[in-house]
Amino acid sequence: MSGGASRLPAPWGAYIDRDRTVRFSFEGREIEGFAGDTIASALAANGIRLLSRSFKYHRPRGSTSMSGDDGGGLVQVGDEPNVLADVREVEPGMTVVGQNYIGSLESDQASILERFKPFLPVGFYYKAFFRPRGIWNYWEKLIRQTAGLGRVDPDTPRRYYDKTYEFCDVAVIGAGPAGLAAAAEAAESGADVLLVEREPDLGGSLAFQRFDPDAFGAERTLCRLRERVAGQSNLRVMTNAVCTGWFADNWLSIISGNRLHKLRARSVVACTGVLEQPPLFRANDLPGIMFGGAAQRLIRSYGVKPGRRAVVFTSSGDGYGVALDLDDSGVDVAAIVDPGSASSGDSLTLAARDRGIRVIQGCAVAEAVPRPDKLNVAAVLVGPVSGSDFIADDRERIDCDLLCVSTATAPAASLLCQAGARLQLSESSGSFEVTSIPPNAFAAGSVNGFFDLDAVIEDGQRAGMSAAHTGDETAPAAVERERGQTRRYWFGTEHPDGLDFVDFDEDVTAHDVCDAIAEGFEDIELLKRYTAMGMGPSQGRQSALGAARLVARVTGRPLSEVGATTSRPPAFPEKFGHLAGRAFKPVRRTALHHRHVELGAQIMTSGLWLRPAYYGPEHARAQLINEEVRAVRTGVGVIDVSTLGGFEIRGPDAAEFLNRMYTLSYHRLRVGRVRYAMVLDDAGVVVDDGVAARLARNHFYVTASTTGAEEMYPALLWRQAQWRLDVDISDVTSSTCAFNLAGPRSRAVLEKLASDIDFSRAAFPYMAVRVGRLGGIPVRVLRIGFVGELGYEIHVPSAQAEALWDTLMEAGDEFGIRPFAVEAQRVLRLEKGHVIVGQDTDGLTNPLEADMGWALGRRKRYYVGKRSIEIAAAKGIARRLVGYRLVGSVGTVPEEGCLVIRRGEIVGRLTSSAWSPTLGRTIGLAYVAPDQAAAGHVFDIKAQDGRMVRAEVAALPFYDPGNTRQGL
Amino acid sequence: MPFSLLKHGLFGRQVPRRIIPPAAPLKSTYDVVIIGAGAHGLAAAYYLAKDHGVTDVAVLDKGYLGGGNTGRNTAIIRANYLTPEGVRFYAEALELWRGLSNEFGFNILYSERGHLTLAHSDSAMRTMRWRAEVNKHLGVNSEVVFPDEIERMAPGIDISPNTRYPILGALHHPPGATARHDAVAWGYAAGACERGVELHMNTEVLDVLQSNGRVTGVETNRGRIRCRQALQAVAGSSSVVAAMAGFRLPIHTVPLQACVSLPLKPFLDPIIVSGSLHTYIWQTSRGELVIGGATDPYGLYASRSSLEFKEGLMANTLELFPFLSEVTVLRQWAGICDMTPDFSPVMGETPLENYYIDSGWGTWGFKATPVCGRRMAETLATGRVPEILRPFRLSRFAEFEQVGEKGAASVGH
Repeated sequence: MSGGASRLPAPWGAYIDRDRTVRFSFEGREIEGFAGDTIASALAANGIRLLSRSFKYHRPRGSTSMSGDDGGGLVQVGDEPNVLADVREVEPGMTVVGQNYIGSLESDQASILERFKPFLPVGFYYKAFFRPRGIWNYWEKLIRQTAGLGRVDPDTPRRYYDKTYEFCDVAVIGAGPAGLAAAAEAAESGADVLLVEREPDLGGSLAFQRFDPDAFGAERTLCRLRERVAGQSNLRVMTNAVCTGWFADNWLSIISGNRLHKLRARSVVACTGVLEQPPLFRANDLPGIMFGGAAQRLIRSYGVKPGRRAVVFTSSGDGYGVALDLDDSGVDVAAIVDPGSASSGDSLTLAARDRGIRVIQGCAVAEAVPRPDKLNVAAVLVGPVSGSDFIADDRERIDCDLLCVSTATAPAASLLCQAGARLQLSESSGSFEVTSIPPNAFAAGSVNGFFDLDAVIEDGQRAGMSAAHTGDETAPAAVERERGQTRRYWFGTEHPDGLDFVDFDEDVTAHDVCDAIAEGFEDIELLKRYTAMGMGPSQGRQSALGAARLVARVTGRPLSEVGATTSRPPAFPEKFGHLAGRAFKPVRRTALHHRHVELGAQIMTSGLWLRPAYYGPEHARAQLINEEVRAVRTGVGVIDVSTLGGFEIRGPDAAEFLNRMYTLSYHRLRVGRVRYAMVLDDAGVVVDDGVAARLARNHFYVTASTTGAEEMYPALLWRQAQWRLDVDISDVTSSTCAFNLAGPRSRAVLEKLASDIDFSRAAFPYMAVRVGRLGGIPVRVLRIGFVGELGYEIHVPSAQAEALWDTLMEAGDEFGIRPFAVEAQRVLRLEKGHVIVGQDTDGLTNPLEADMGWALGRRKRYYVGKRSIEIAAAKGIARRLVGYRLVGSVGTVPEEGCLVIRRGEIVGRLTSSAWSPTLGRTIGLAYVAPDQAAAGHVFDIKAQDGRMVRAEVAALPFYDPGNTRQGL
Repeated sequence: MPFSLLKHGLFGRQVPRRIIPPAAPLKSTYDVVIIGAGAHGLAAAYYLAKDHGVTDVAVLDKGYLGGGNTGRNTAIIRANYLTPEGVRFYAEALELWRGLSNEFGFNILYSERGHLTLAHSDSAMRTMRWRAEVNKHLGVNSEVVFPDEIERMAPGIDISPNTRYPILGALHHPPGATARHDAVAWGYAAGACERGVELHMNTEVLDVLQSNGRVTGVETNRGRIRCRQALQAVAGSSSVVAAMAGFRLPIHTVPLQACVSLPLKPFLDPIIVSGSLHTYIWQTSRGELVIGGATDPYGLYASRSSLEFKEGLMANTLELFPFLSEVTVLRQWAGICDMTPDFSPVMGETPLENYYIDSGWGTWGFKATPVCGRRMAETLATGRVPEILRPFRLSRFAEFEQVGEKGAASVGH
């Protein structure tokens, strides 16, 4: 038969499609499986159990759960690291290799580390490698080489993932018997239900476990529940969907395929079942040892005969069911080892005995014996139980190639715990129990402590009903039924020769745990951190119980006092890609972006925006910037300043609002005039600036800086929420474009255009605003001058910006109009001595330090930050922003950020530095000590190469000190 | 193979030396009570005992040893700050860090792997130059580097100019390091206990008792404890405990989340930080990627995790390292940060005469552990605040003498 030598005939193998053979490679060997196989099941069908090597000792490991719940089945699939081989479906041509080995998977050179086990006690790295001082840097490099599991390849392309939002009344996680019953019940009660199942099909334990001797009961029950679920139009089912997180207010993350579903549910029912737990014995980690449920999954779901000769180690009826399944599928069941002293009357137990399967009562597995190649179990040593969890020395050897363990389970409660439920160790069962389930959350079935199938279904119905009626106080309270007799789980005992692993992921043995406790780490949280137990790929799903029971035993504390460590999301690993999704990084371009590109602009990031830096090829950068500057100084230039923030502030209290928010006075600002607008925070620090134009008595138009706009709007709203003035504030940043037409010829350009605005010097003076039409396009024109020339800032609806730009360019053609951009503007404003908030100020700059005391309304009763400014003024400032020019022959031009040094101490720094084509020298702004601030004072700058450079304080502005140009 | 391990292997399993001693019976009076058994409180206790012979010290904690932000931070150590005060302070920490393993006889896995703060904008580049100049002037090794060099140090990082936030350069800080955060707490705890300090876990301070402007003791869930001096070192709950002592702090408290990936074979040596992308990332010696981001946008005293955090963080991480889309998140968690207005800590005296504070550690507390512990111990023992701590005094806010470190914060806030 194809698809592997160990295949069972149909009807075994519910998930596989025998008509579709899938070929892939594992460790370079071609493997044949069927569609529907997982990597691990296809390999098992071909007799391969060894999947990877363990983290610390490089021990051979395979999957123990066949359901992705353990860390033994992590493989590399192509460029994808750490793939769960027992979950990932096979695909034609996939390249699978094991992880964490040197040489080959079967003979890993690094497995020699196990020989050094005596030298590598728990926390060994804390105890060595640090003498002499600094030696760790050397050792770490060495240890680091052996770290990690899967490999990443920097050439891996970023794959496509996306997200969707979902809503429902009741989400049911897990479609086993409890989940199916809960979902059906909730849907029948009228709720909109979403049933989420991580497996390819519904059924949970019903699909693979055995509940009765003839093995048909489960199927019948499943059919019945399936029908109930299928008949509901208000019940949606997601299979192959893994719920990874349960956050506040029932916000769930569900991963299915390449999509992250974000689900908001009114109530959630967790029917996540239980996870089998490994018992403690020597070499309990060998390939060939798996949970009973894993063998059953291989048989029923994948049609794989899990071994030839098996021993079943069990403390409950479940294991007898496993033995029956093994027997049915042709595995020779050598023995059932049951530590219980008396045979239970369970029907599965009786059936197993009836078949003549040898049952070794009152005994436990003390040791697994490896094959000579150490890659699989060859036999088990069984001894009689003496006292609780101890095994006497008298051992019987039973040869086998498969050991199925069904000795303990723990609730699969990581999702519930994320939602706020707690885990407590129960004295009666010796396992965890879920307690304190939060409101609007429910648990049902085995996760809730019910094991009898009828009880599980009934519990599901109860939870489904309660969940459907969440918030309905008239609904009758559901009564939870008695749990009945609890099982007492077998835990096992430490083996004197070790290799008794408590945590497989981290290769932590019982001895390690005992040592850690003896070293003082008996608190379960400290123990976890010291031994790394529970920090590996399976996040303690298979080690938390063993660790807790061992702590209780060693310290003599009652189980109920030991507790569990905090369960943190995700419940199952999530790919970065799933979380990132399509990763929309919004790009902000102005309405003129395409014009800039056509003009050959170099684009730069500025705040949230993309803006032109200068126009023309990169290699001519400096020359182009100089030309742009010259155009503005001698002719006319135009710059796109659409990125400035724009706010409409309207209402009877508009002037009062501005008066409080901004430092100058706005009550008496005449309609049609513009005034500078600076904003401080409560500590008196300059946070932004712009201008305020009074368009009407009750209407101001206020701008904000490109980088400040984003934070200004919420800041305005936040203040208004406190002041509750009669104003309305709207953010028109993106609906408005603006350009600044600047230069001595700018008026001439505007006057060429048809307009209802009189641009003459008398009619439209400096610091005025006019509203009208320009070339037929509605505009607001502010006559202001950041660059220190005659200039007009024209604000226009974004939709018409391009048309107006074209009109201006055409009109300006005869005057040699030239577009200029951010870099030239920086030079122009620096020549004029204008400060850029955020560049020439920092997180602590007050206006006095920035030499902007002129912008403070001294007679005002209040503005934000006024009290702080008064205190700062009384205290005196510690630094002062000044203009400077470099003196003498300049070797290194110090960059922005270089320090001003006096007698070895830092007294300030350069905030702006640029070559001024207008002045023919390097100029800049710098913070210096207040007593250095007088014009002509010479100070020292430490350049980026460490050389000291001299500079001289220059009076500001550098250019046009008489301010004649902007008033033309 | 190191001798200590050789000995262990050759002479067989011995009863291991106890690192964390069992708790002594709780006394009713101590010279010094330290509230908070995180690394900071433990370090203060350690240096009190070691440097000043003050051993009648009880360190109290409502939870387990190092269970607060000590066990939750992402263990990054650096001194590439912006203000001279900050750089001097953290540079002293670096010097202490380098000797800690040997001082403890316990390896805290201190690993200098270099630290890159990426700049994605002109303004960020200016700040990097500024930081580099301040650092160099004060003897701290930092320099501005450019994309080709960044790629050499972190192969695979996306330095293409066509990304949304292109990498223009970075501040490279070679002494940037990491250490095993839990081990730091254990090392200090062990060293303190060896010298007579007592640790009392699950001992929650409910009130700070005082008379005439002096602290007389604390009320706990295990009864009243009297003391001559008290130090609060409770990052994440600083305002709450200060309120018990009757004064207010200029602190707002927000969660900060982080996560780790499944272990990967080593591919990333330096610590990478991007302020614009609110992301920092490094690979542990176990192979996990530790990834953190910006603080949560709301005030909260709870350390709950959120989905949104991970989504944003991973979107940003993939901007830097597009090839990690197939890598998986193993675990996420949150700590609680006491943010100050100037992004600098608050240390030293309080309105109560014999009550001292170690707080305001926002997102920068771990790296300061040794220097803060040592200098706070000096403060308690001598009654004088040392010069290096003066700039960080609580009264600086009223005096308008803040120590502005926002420009050197690793991620956006």
